[in-house]
Formats: sequence, structure tokens, C-alpha cells
Amino acid sequence: MGYKIIKKKELVKNLIYEMEIYEKQISKKSQPGNFLLFRVNEKGERFPLTIADYNREKGTISIVFQVVGKSTKLLSLLNEGDEILDVIGPLGNNIQIKKYKYPVIVVAGGIGIAPCYPQARALKEAGNEIIIIIGARTRDLLFWKEKMALVSDQLIICTDDGSEGKKGVVTEPLKEIIIEQPISLVIAIGPLIMMKYVAKTTDGKLGFPKIPTMVSLNTIMIDGTGMCGGCRYSSLDGKIYFACVDGPDVDGHIVNFDNLIQRSIRFKEKEIISLENYENKCKAINKWESNN
Amino acid sequence: MIEQNPIIRLSNFKEVNCGFSEEQAIIEANRCLQCARPLCIEGCPVNIDIPGFIKYIKDKQFKEAISLIKNYNILPAICGRVCPQEVQCEERCILGKRGEPIAIGALERFVADWEKKNKLNICPDCQSPNRIKVAIIGSGPAGLTCAADLAKYGYDITIYEAFHTGGGVLIYGIPEFRLPKTIVKEEIETLQILGVKIQYNTVIGKLYTFGDLRNLGFKAFFISVGAGLPILLNNTGIELIGVLSANEFLTRANLMKAYNFPDYDTPINIGKYVSVIGGGNVAMDSARVALRLGAEKVTIVYRRSEKEMPARKEEIYHGKEEGVEFLFLTDPLEFLGDENGKVKEMRVRKMQLGDLDESGRSKPIPIEGSEYIIKTDMIIVAIGTRANPILTNATPELNLNKLGYIETNERGQTNIKDIFAGGDIVTGSATVISAMGAGRIAANAINEYLLNSNNLIIKE
Ligand SMILES: Cc1cc2nc3c(=O)[nH]c(=O)nc-3n(C[C@H](O)[C@H](O)[C@H](O)COP(=O)(O)OP(=O)(O)OC[C@H]3O[C@@H](n4cnc5c(N)ncnc54)[C@H](O)[C@@H]3O)c2cc1C
Ligand SMILES: Cc1cc2nc3c(=O)[nH]c(=O)nc-3n(C[C@H](O)[C@H](O)[C@H](O)COP(=O)(O)OP(=O)(O)OC[C@H]3O[C@@H](n4cnc5c(N)ncnc54)[C@H](O)[C@@H]3O)c2cc1C
Ligand code: SF4
Ligand code: SF4
Ligand code: FES
Repeated sequence: MGYKIIKKKELVKNLIYEMEIYEKQISKKSQPGNFLLFRVNEKGERFPLTIADYNREKGTISIVFQVVGKSTKLLSLLNEGDEILDVIGPLGNNIQIKKYKYPVIVVAGGIGIAPCYPQARALKEAGNEIIIIIGARTRDLLFWKEKMALVSDQLIICTDDGSEGKKGVVTEPLKEIIIEQPISLVIAIGPLIMMKYVAKTTDGKLGFPKIPTMVSLNTIMIDGTGMCGGCRYSSLDGKIYFACVDGPDVDGHIVNFDNLIQRSIRFKEKEIISLENYENKCKAINKWESNN
Repeated sequence: MIEQNPIIRLSNFKEVNCGFSEEQAIIEANRCLQCARPLCIEGCPVNIDIPGFIKYIKDKQFKEAISLIKNYNILPAICGRVCPQEVQCEERCILGKRGEPIAIGALERFVADWEKKNKLNICPDCQSPNRIKVAIIGSGPAGLTCAADLAKYGYDITIYEAFHTGGGVLIYGIPEFRLPKTIVKEEIETLQILGVKIQYNTVIGKLYTFGDLRNLGFKAFFISVGAGLPILLNNTGIELIGVLSANEFLTRANLMKAYNFPDYDTPINIGKYVSVIGGGNVAMDSARVALRLGAEKVTIVYRRSEKEMPARKEEIYHGKEEGVEFLFLTDPLEFLGDENGKVKEMRVRKMQLGDLDESGRSKPIPIEGSEYIIKTDMIIVAIGTRANPILTNATPELNLNKLGYIETNERGQTNIKDIFAGGDIVTGSATVISAMGAGRIAANAINEYLLNSNNLIIKE
């Protein structure tokens, strides 16, 4: 029994896709911050994606993913009506949803926009004032602007090249806001390097106010249930945690990001082989087909 | 017994021990004295009628032999391969006092394989279905046994398994060359013939709570989720690249078939000089997998001496044949990395054996000033596991002991009366057959519990 894709949308051409999957029980149990593990076919690896949205009435869950290697490539090739072999979840901790005294800032970088959405929505529904800062390399990579506007009181967009919104990185508007007004919580989801700098901005050591900061760790995972330790991250004082069960949403101020960044590329050579191998096979098949 | 040549087998994942031929099995069976008071039976955690099935083998009645075994043990092809026989049935065999004990495990395996070869799939007698639903959490040996026994009593059984495939440690931990995965698959198919349903990709505690399952109509539960939380050393350097738990290493290699990369997508990195820390089956399996994946040198680093190693004797012997090296009485202190965060060395110190500890093994004591550095670019930590808290965290009413294992009475019942538990999640890491024994005890207890509960009068 597979997991049926009932809707597919290309958010950014050839790069970012949204899929809605029918799975009643998972949608019933999904909470903001949870993720799922996927396996596309018998020989595929298990890889995590955040639950970007869920609709309990319809019994569906949505994911948004960026094609970066073979697994995400294979997933992107599936279409409406197709089934995904394995979907496991919801996994990971639930974020705390409550009414904070001061506004909450949500910083979303690149593909991190999608995982931010359910958190922003839940916190907004809990009565919080939400300021969202979205960062992307260039305007073509932006998606879900309207959706994010709906769950925020203020939406700030930054692009590296200035093609939309402010030119520059997300930490610039973040600094401006936290100097100006008290903030209860910062949530940052995006590339490790972005989360590292957001956490640095809010840890109180750079002269800016210290603000509790949650980041979402996208480490490499296998089981997602605390069984292998492959997803582990270390704190600055050397303690070991497992991102799949102690996270993925964790206190950004204790994370040893430099170690995490090193760990995140530990299979790089293999991942490149995997994708190239696959693409060469596809080329060979295409050639064969066009010759016959 | 025929075994694959050590040099050839280093380049494959095929089974090392090829088992008895028919002639060999009959010759071995003929050595059995058919003791009037067979001590061997006492050594087997599920008390298989060992002389009974050996007699059938002697008489070439293989079908009768396997039918008899299956009354005690539903996974004989597995136990015959992985039981630590030298400390169980075979240790007690009277012939072992003066010479070689009967190769009970190998004989058990022989008839189980014979059954498979002849595609008999013998299902023990079943009672008619009673439509009472029981849920089993986890499809390792404990869960499979409990499911089979309850199915035979007529219950409507669903196994919930977190992974995409069944078997627990039999699939993700024990490598192909010791236990071919097709055997585990076939054993699970036998269960399905008994009417047992298996729902994969289902993490209980996350996708369903016990409350949800009760609402779905389940009347009793058996928790057999194993002890799958890897213990990582507190050593500095544990975060370095190239340091990983045996669970991660073996899961990548076995469950995800990383040894077939890039045909299979899951990658695995192998060092040149691999150190494996620990002395149990898990350490031996990791070492032998690392050799097969191309490591130049693999060293087991163990705090005690060879005598204290908890691994099966056969695995230590096979490991040595394959070139695994051993550093006994050596304790790792610290892992050192290069500028890219990759492990490059390990600081260790020498130990000596002192008095016996609670486990009855000599306690290792550090030798002052004996520290030195070992060159290593991959460290696999195999020093044991603990209870995984996912399910128990979601069930706070369940009584646990100090280490997080589930507390039960001697029949497997927990403090919540419809929930039973057994296997590694109760005892901590043990053996396949002891997990199966716990599954059987709990099945009988669950049967009694359900027959006795007044509100459960079985209606047609
Ligand atoms: C809890 C969690 C939630 C996630 N949610 C999302 C999501 O909602 N949308 C989304 O697009 N991605 C998400 N990711 C990242 C996603 O899992 C990876 O992009 C995916 O596994 C890559 O697989 P691949 O085979 O396509 O690429 P690979 O061939 O494995 O990798 C290609 C490149 O991506 C990098 N990479 C590999 N694994 C990861 C990883 N886990 N995280 C970041 N980079 C990685 C590698 O360094 C490499 O350069 C999440 C990760 C985690 C742990
Ligand atoms: C590498 C290795 C080698 C070994 N070698 C031997 C050997 O040679 N001989 C021997 O006798 N013993 C050996 N053992 C020990 C033996 O395998 C275990 O004692 C035995 O498998 C325990 O069985 P179990 O049923 O309790 O749990 P497991 O086999 O651990 O199975 C538990 C199952 O539950 C599932 N699960 C966990 N949590 C959940 C959840 N929340 N919801 C749903 N499912 C869940 C897991 O995915 C798993 O499939 C070895 C162990 C290892 C790790
Ligand atoms: S199940 Fe294990 S202990 Fe029992 S007879 Fe078979 S090999 Fe021996
Ligand atoms: S103790 Fe040994 S010789 Fe006696 S019945 Fe058992 S296996 Fe046969
Ligand atoms: S993914 Fe295996 S422990 Fe987290």
C-alpha cells in the first residue's frame, strides 16, 4: 500500500515542488514542527521532509521540497495519482504553541519558508503578533508569499541580489527589529549557515538583545526514531543530542553549528556519484529510446 | 560443516556457514545418545524437545522433525543460525563433557532449511478465529513469536512496525552473511499465512497511541520494541566525522543495503583503519562488515580480554579467520580530529583485570601511565544500547525501571492490565531466543487475560 499524491505543483521551475499526499492518520496526528521520512522506491534512501501543511478534514498532508540530489529528484518525478512507497511519521518534537508577551519573529531562508509556515500559523492562531522575514538568493526562488502574508502581521522580504524586497541577508532586518522593540521568540529555519548567523545575532554576545531562538536542524537521517545516532548534533559544551527525537526544533544558542556544517557534507562525494550515476542511466535510456 | 573460504567471502555478503548436508546431518544425529534425562533441553530457553527432533533426523523423517520443533520455536532457521549455542543447549549436552557436544543448532537449521527447500511451510495447528483484536508493537523475534502464538489461538493479530520491513534486529542488525534476509522474509510470510497482518511505517507513540488503538477495538497489546537507542561514549571527539554508532553503520549496511551503493541509494563511508569499540556480537558484526566494505585494517578495541568477550564463539573465530585484529585490555579515552573535523587518531590506555564484578566478569582497571595513540580514520562504537523512549514517553502511565526499560511481572504483564511487554525492551539487549521465549510467555498470559476478562465473552 503506497501513499497517494493527490496534488502536485511546481513552485519554482525544475527546483521546488509542492505535493499533497492523502494519509488520514498522519494528518490527524501532525503538529507544527513535525517531519516525515520518505522512501521513493525499493532501492531508495530514507530522507526527511517537514510537514509544510496539513488538512485534517481532507485527510491530507503537504510537503514542499527542493531538488538537491537523487532522492529529491526521484520524488519530483512522481505525478498526481502516483504513490510514494513509504511515508513514515509524524516524527520529531512538537513546538510549544502559546501566547507570548511580545511579538514572535520567524526567519525563513530558501526552502525553509515551507517548514516555517505551520509554526507561524499555529502561533498566529494562538494570538501572537508575527513578523516574518523571508530570505532568498533571488526573486525567482521565492514562493508562498501570499500564504506567509496571511499568517503574519508584517512580512519582510530580502534577496541577495535585491531583485525583490530589501537587498541583503535576513540578519539585517532582524537586527533592526530587535534593537527597536522587545521580542519574545525568534524562529529560524533555513540553511545551516543562515541559522548559525541568526543564532549569533540573538545570543546576546554581539551587543544585540538576547532572545530565545529556535532553529530547525536538517541533519542527515535514517530511521528518524532515535535508533542510529546519525542525525546527532553537539552542543557548544560538548553534549550529544539526536535531531530526530530531541529536535528538529532546538535551542539555537547551544548548537555547535560549525561541527554540524562539517557533518552535513560527509557523504558529499557519494551523493554526487549517486546523482550522476542516475542521470547517466537516464541519458543512456533516452538515447536508446530515441534510437529505437 | 562447509564454510565459505575466508579470502573469497571477504568480497561478498553471502552466508559464511553453509550448513550440514543430509549425510552429515544424519551422521551427527546418530551421535546423540538420546539421553533419558536430556540436559540439553534445559539449556534451551524455549525447551525444544531436542532428542525428539534429533531422533527423527536419524530416521530421515525430516518433516516430523521440523513439525516437532515448530511446536516450540517458530523461527528455527533463524535460531539454528544465531543462537549462542555454546552457552545454551550445546553447553549442557552430555557429550560436551568429554568431547564435542552434538551440533544442535546446526541440526535445527538443517531441518528448517530442508523445509524451505521443499516449500512445505508447516503451520502448526490453529484454532478457529475468535475475532478478538490484539496489537503487537514491533516485529523483532519477540513480537513475531507472540503474534504467531496468539494467531494460533485464534486471535486477530496486527503487528505495527516502525520500519518499512519486518524482523527488527534480524534485518537491520545481523548482517546478511550470518543470516540471509530471505530467511527472515520467509518466516514472516509464514506468519501471514496464519492470518497475521503487518502494518509497516507505523511508529506507535507517534502515529497511534494506546488510546487510539483501544478505540480501534484492540483488547490487548504486546510491546516488543527492542532496545534500539545506541549508547555513545562521552569521550571528547564523539562528534567527529568518521565516528558512528554500530547501529548507524549496520543499519546503513544491512537494512538500507549500502553495500550495494550506488545501485542502492544509501551511502556509507569506509575508513582505511577502522576501530570497533566493544566486544559483543554487534562489535564483531561491525568489524566483519567493515572488512567486506573494503577497510584495509579492522581492529576490535575491547576493555577486557578475549575470555570475557560476550560475542558468539563462532563469530570470533570467523572474524579472526577473516583478518579482524584485536586489541584487548584497551580502553579508548579520546578521539582526535583534523582541521576538517574528521577523526584521525584515538588516545587509549591499557587495562588490567581485577576482581569479578556483578556480571561475574573481571573488572578492567586502568594501568597508570600506559596511554598511547592509535592511528584510525573510522571509529564504530558498539558498546551497547538502551531503551528507546519514543513509545514510553507517549505512555507516561507505564511503569519503567531506572534505565527506562518496561517493568513487567514474570508473565510479561505491565502495570497497565491490557498491556504486556517482552524482549529487549524489558531485559535490555539479550538474545534472539530469549526474546522469543518472552513472546511466548506473554502470548499465553494474554490468552488467559482475555479469556478471563468478563466483558469479553466470545460470541459467534
Ligand atoms: C527534519 C528535516 C526536515 C527537512 N525538511 C525539508 C523540507 O521541508 N524541504 C526540503 O526541501 N528539504 C528538507 N530537508 C532536507 C532534505 O531531507 C534533503 O534535502 C534531502 O534528504 C536530500 O536528499 P537527496 O538525495 O535529494 O540529496 P543528497 O544527494 O542526499 O544531497 C545533495 C546535497 O544536499 C545536501 N544535503 C543532504 N542531506 C541534507 C539534509 N538532510 N539537509 C540539508 N542538506 C542536505 C548535501 O550536502 C548535498 O550537497 C529536511 C531535513 C531534515 C532533517
Ligand atoms: C548487530 C547485532 C547482532 C546480534 N547478534 C545476535 C546473535 O548472534 N544471537 C542472538 O541470539 N542475539 C543477537 N543479537 C541480539 C538480538 O538480536 C536481540 O536480543 C533481539 O533481536 C531482541 O528482539 P526484540 O524482539 O526484543 O527486539 P528487536 O529485534 O530490536 O525488534 C524491535 C522492533 O520494534 C520496532 N519498533 C521500535 N519502536 C517501535 C515503535 N514505537 N512502534 C513500532 N515499532 C517499533 C523496531 O523497528 C524493531 O523492528 C544481536 C543484536 C545486534 C544489534
Ligand atoms: S533454539 Fe537455540 S538454544 Fe534452543 S535448541 Fe535451538 S539453537 Fe539451541
Ligand atoms: S544431551 Fe546431547 S546427547 Fe543427550 S539428548 Fe541432548 S543432544 Fe543428545
Ligand atoms: S535519524 Fe537515526 S537517530 Fe535520528
